[in-house]
Amino acid sequence: MRIPRRMGVVAALAATTLVLSACGGDGGGDGGGDAGGDVDCAAFEQYGDLSGTQVSVYTSIVSPEDQPHIDSYIPFEECTGATVNYEGSRQFEAQLLVRIEAGNAPDVAYVPQPGLIEKIATDFPDAMVPVGEAAESNIDQYYNEAWKLYGSVDGTLYGAPLGANAKSFVWYSPMAFADNGYEIPETWDELLALSDQIAADHPDSKPWCAGIESGDATGWPATDWIEDLVLRVAGPDVYDQWVTHEIPFNDPQILEAMNLADEILRNDDYVNGGLGGVTSIATTSFGDAGLPILDGACFMHRQASFYQANWPEGIDISENGEVFAFYLPGLTADEKPLLGGGEFTVAFSDRPEVAAFQAYLTSPEWANEKAKVSGPGWVTANSELDPANLESPIDQLAYELLTDPNTIFRFDGSDLMPGAVGAGTFWSNMTQWIAEGKDSQAVLDDIEASWP
Amino acid sequence: MTTTNPNPPVPAMKADAKPKKLSKAEQRAIDAKNRLSSPWATAAAIIIAVLWTIPTFGLFVTSFRPAAEIRTSGWWTFFANPAITTENYVDVFTRGTNSFGSAFVNTVVITLPAVMIPITLALLAAYAFAWMEFPGRNALFVAVFALQIVPIQITLIPLLTQYNNWGITGSFWPVWLSHTIFALPLAIFMLHNFMMDIPRSLIEAARVDGAGHVKIFFQVLFPLLVPAIAAFGIYQFLWVWNDLLVGLVFGSSPDVSPLTVRLADLTGTRGSDWHILSAGAFIAMVVPVAVFLGLQRYFVRGMLGGAVKG
Repeated sequence: MRIPRRMGVVAALAATTLVLSACGGDGGGDGGGDAGGDVDCAAFEQYGDLSGTQVSVYTSIVSPEDQPHIDSYIPFEECTGATVNYEGSRQFEAQLLVRIEAGNAPDVAYVPQPGLIEKIATDFPDAMVPVGEAAESNIDQYYNEAWKLYGSVDGTLYGAPLGANAKSFVWYSPMAFADNGYEIPETWDELLALSDQIAADHPDSKPWCAGIESGDATGWPATDWIEDLVLRVAGPDVYDQWVTHEIPFNDPQILEAMNLADEILRNDDYVNGGLGGVTSIATTSFGDAGLPILDGACFMHRQASFYQANWPEGIDISENGEVFAFYLPGLTADEKPLLGGGEFTVAFSDRPEVAAFQAYLTSPEWANEKAKVSGPGWVTANSELDPANLESPIDQLAYELLTDPNTIFRFDGSDLMPGAVGAGTFWSNMTQWIAEGKDSQAVLDDIEASWP
Repeated sequence: MTTTNPNPPVPAMKADAKPKKLSKAEQRAIDAKNRLSSPWATAAAIIIAVLWTIPTFGLFVTSFRPAAEIRTSGWWTFFANPAITTENYVDVFTRGTNSFGSAFVNTVVITLPAVMIPITLALLAAYAFAWMEFPGRNALFVAVFALQIVPIQITLIPLLTQYNNWGITGSFWPVWLSHTIFALPLAIFMLHNFMMDIPRSLIEAARVDGAGHVKIFFQVLFPLLVPAIAAFGIYQFLWVWNDLLVGLVFGSSPDVSPLTVRLADLTGTRGSDWHILSAGAFIAMVVPVAVFLGLQRYFVRGMLGGAVKG
């Protein structure tokens, strides 16, 4: 009696396995598509013949977003003969350190925070291989000098810039602005004047909407506000000192910046369109916070260029469309500080194919190839990228700002600060600032006290 | 779920016939049984079972709802507004570069050896600890038993370093070996306890008849141990199948990564695709649930066998 039943389970198991493996077969596929054919290998001769070699890449980007990355390697693979093995994991940040410690580091990793590069350099001094000559000359040639600074630790360049995003953006509806005759503000005072005017013209709506809820990372959109304003009020030099803790976190200039944010974020006349009062900012998911713009409940929403992925499908994102973004103005029209973020490639193996691959990722060939195979929402700061290859107008605008020689680019401060602050007390205190009405000075004092 | 076999009625009937000759323990057992089978206890059991099952049921319902509805309303609204789609399941299997199907196969490939190897080794070790006399036997057994208190987290990096020195990272071996290492102390302990339950006279009789260790093991002990092996096998199977930590650290390369690792990445880089998670979770659950339901008799017996010795 027993045996047949047990056999039954085994048979069921085997059958399930067979069915599922049959289903799995067509899922993988070769993601190449049209990228192959027309590759011009002239630019790849500098890398030499790398046939038979392998390069492993480890990133935090998982499917479906990983496919454009994998596709962007195809010209390199076809022209040099090397094979690139891609691996993405959402546990990247923890796993990377485990692997380095165990001596099992990948050849190349995409690191999204300069803070992590510095941590690796401190904890595992011999693990990283400095960026090679070919890649370094590409960076000198094609990137804003700030990028090189952020990829370096104590003067040694470890991280080569890869993707980028611009955070100093205010999303708005060009159609609504046109209907009401509003102009895009070019200075901070104009921005406040516009906010007042909207509040007066539309008693049922609010000029601003915001949301800082983001699971474990709740509070980060508010830190971007503060960083953007420190950059504007105190200037890039003070910003650098603030981020590296050469001046205390609760310096009076930071308080001044925070007070400007206070005027908007904790002003019941300005927020929170379609969502509630000031405290609703803390409970609104950052992904949904800008959506009231679509039904006219609010008019402006400050968020990075990557926010375009959060608009519902079918929304026209363009200069005269349903939504678009303008540059968050500086105090005067001449100052153009830009807050942004991005990833860096770091090499852990000293082999020619790895150096060649890292150089390829800094080259104009890669930037353009990646732009062609990516959907909206991807930008790089490589100045040789042809903006026509970028699919969406907002990416083109972000790209324009990122590569404008007059732009003063600064990396997102919370990614540069120590984790205990940048991914800890800065977030939590900003959340209390919004949700509990915590005093601005107390917020800054508490963050300062928590600096390791 | 854990309905015990209807064996106990026999002592209960005895109790009616000769109430005075019962030992305290027997009396307690009868009381417990009466209390457990009262209508109140049954009602409580049913309520607990329902409460326990609701989240799983909700997951099941969610996995068949359209993405837009998953995002905007809870699964209980399904009954007011039923809309069924299998799109989530199709999505789980077709999206991405390393497919869910191959991860499923990887999990099977990981699980079977990771169950077989520790059982085989533990049977041999348990036999030696139970029936062979050698110096330091007890000390060694205590040492093996004590290994259970070593948290696996602190072994991760040293083990990974070792595998890396051997050059086997990226294959299935690190996962198999790690699961074996982590399972052995408990497996040896449990199987040893089962073996000690077998009457010594049985082994001695076999020995008198001229049977050696090998013959005793395969012909006398093995048939008696099948329930114990099955019990530990199910236990280890469920553990390995549901494991994320070992799979993540030792088997993260796409060629070997199991279902759990794939499931953790299923929601996309920024977690925006969480609506397909319920379908993915359900696929991952199907096999363990089937195994548990099919073999639960052994599971319960194994738990009891490990806990109370007769």
